[in-house]
Amino acid sequence: MLEAKIHVTLKKSVLDPQGDTVRSALASLGFQGVADCRVGKFMVVRLDEQDLAKATAEVDEMCRKLLANPVIEDYVFQITEGAA
Amino acid sequence: MKWGVLIFPGTWSHQDFAHVFQDVLKVDWGYLWHKDTSVAGYDCLVLPGGFAHGDYLRCGAIARFSPIMDAVIRFAKDGGPVLGSCNGFQILCEAGLLPGALLRNASLQYRCRWVHMRAEQCETPFTRAVRPGQVLKIPISHGEGRYFAPPQMLARLRDNGQVVFRYSTPDGHITEEANPNGALEGIAGICNEGGNVLGLMPHPERASEGLLGSEDGRLLFESVLAASLRH
Repeated sequence: MLEAKIHVTLKKSVLDPQGDTVRSALASLGFQGVADCRVGKFMVVRLDEQDLAKATAEVDEMCRKLLANPVIEDYVFQITEGAA
Repeated sequence: MKWGVLIFPGTWSHQDFAHVFQDVLKVDWGYLWHKDTSVAGYDCLVLPGGFAHGDYLRCGAIARFSPIMDAVIRFAKDGGPVLGSCNGFQILCEAGLLPGALLRNASLQYRCRWVHMRAEQCETPFTRAVRPGQVLKIPISHGEGRYFAPPQMLARLRDNGQVVFRYSTPDGHITEEANPNGALEGIAGICNEGGNVLGLMPHPERASEGLLGSEDGRLLFESVLAASLRH
């Protein structure tokens, strides 16, 4: 069993009002050193697959076709041995 | 001609469209369920507003894979007129029938109110009865309607005349105050390159009777009906 941890975030060029709001909330709590904050999504996908190369290709396709919208979002993922 | 009104699980504006077709315009129409696989017999398709499939993941992202969408995409590629309002607009973008994406309103708040939008492109099947520059009063009701396209895509939309409506003041000025969601260049509605697929965030079906405060939305339906009579 392999496990993919996928992060989807808005592209840098896309305004993220939610991230801006979180940043100003952090500032109001006294965290003055926060230069920027972006809010994204985190997904965990477990795969019935042992082959790392195959799993990588498959997760990449999942991201391109559904999990991220390439017009507005970037994605990164890591694949590790999943816990049984 | 017959209008097809699509219903996905979570769609909520289908009855408003049905009411306009049945009681106001008195035209032939029918519902299409998202699991249907054919749109045969229909001459114009409408994707209403709502929260298709709960808007899980992203607005319209799951609806795009509903079985009916293959038939909708074929219908659109053959030049059939397709209208997506609100969530329907989001689905058309996710399906690749329209360029760009709809993001969370810049205010982070749901906006439910009247807006004005200025007609920028009157050569589509949905806007032929609208005068260029005419200002329509139509309501919006959405939390994720901030239109976004990367700079090159936006330039192409402008050059091709694909921007159909922009939010404006009642007298037709494009201002920041008139823009309810932070959409780029005040974009309220766009069409595909062929002009036969239109997506807009405002709800024309909720502005088709004087009793509801505006009849301007009816112009979009009457444009299609007038064209069908000419054929």
